[in-house]
Amino acid sequence: MNDKPLSPKSAFWLGFRDMVPFLLIVVPFALLFGAVGTEAGLNISQTMAFSILVIAGSSQFTALALMTENAPTFIVLLTSLAVNLRMAMYSAALVPHIGRLPLTTRAIFSYFLVDQTFAMSLNKYEENPGMTLAAKAGYFTGTFCFIAPFWYVFTLVGALVGAQIPAEFALDFAVPICFIALSAPMMRSLPHFVAAITSIIFALLFVNIPYSLGLILAAIIAMIVGAQTEQWLKKRIAS
Amino acid sequence: MTLTQGTIWFIIIGLGLGTFLIRFSFLGIIGDRELPKWFLRHLNFVAVAVMPGLIAPMVVWPAATDGVLDAPRMLAALAAFAFGIWRKSVIAAVLAGFIVLYLALYLFG
Repeated sequence: MNDKPLSPKSAFWLGFRDMVPFLLIVVPFALLFGAVGTEAGLNISQTMAFSILVIAGSSQFTALALMTENAPTFIVLLTSLAVNLRMAMYSAALVPHIGRLPLTTRAIFSYFLVDQTFAMSLNKYEENPGMTLAAKAGYFTGTFCFIAPFWYVFTLVGALVGAQIPAEFALDFAVPICFIALSAPMMRSLPHFVAAITSIIFALLFVNIPYSLGLILAAIIAMIVGAQTEQWLKKRIAS
Repeated sequence: MTLTQGTIWFIIIGLGLGTFLIRFSFLGIIGDRELPKWFLRHLNFVAVAVMPGLIAPMVVWPAATDGVLDAPRMLAALAAFAFGIWRKSVIAAVLAGFIVLYLALYLFG
């Protein structure tokens, strides 16, 4: 147990260090996006604008794939944004923790709200209920200060080097491994585990629903099942 | 692709702006207002409800094998999950996943 509350400065460095393992994922993913972007016919500034303005790998790949197929602009935007809809849920999940920060800070944090910064920060906040608002802000800042530069720089390297990364590296699977690694430590209770299994089953069942809406539906069902399981367990213990 | 430069920029900026608004939605609008209890109960499960569902199709139908179930990728996923739960550590899960992936690709590939 921690007797001394975490100072914002040490929280920053903790967040900074906690992101190191994600280099294994973010670097190849950024390289890949840069390379694929160049190959698809984007110039360097367009590829970079994607990674800087959007800063969400899976939706960038979605947009690129649809653009290569000359899909209508409206469909490109709608589908890629649907891939990012999950971030509205991330945004909501962080409100109880950092919702009292000034508006400008919340706007900056929103820009850097990606899967990795979200999952690491939420894990940290829930493991340490005594964390102050300043320490929570420090931790989140640490996570994105470490990881975001790598995303930008390696997109550039990928765009310059081009599509020369051999398929043998199986980098296609870096993303699934990343998400599994992020979610495994979240299985801290039976309801969490039940929610995860529900999410997997319904995501697979709904895979043919267009625009990633299947995932959103599966997530909503999984949240309800998780919350209901938790309530049910509480009642059983109480009675 | 045959899109004009203007269309490409429109998509990039539109996607950037839209993504920001999605991320800012709750943090920006709700701020420090109290959220209802039932809503908070469900929020507890956001991460475990989204992330496994996001990757499940990628594991079962990998793009690299044109959607055919692939033993090395499935084993790597299971290894990452098991190590992540056992060691309660992200780095252990990432390393276990990659080691098993490369080992299995080398053995079966």
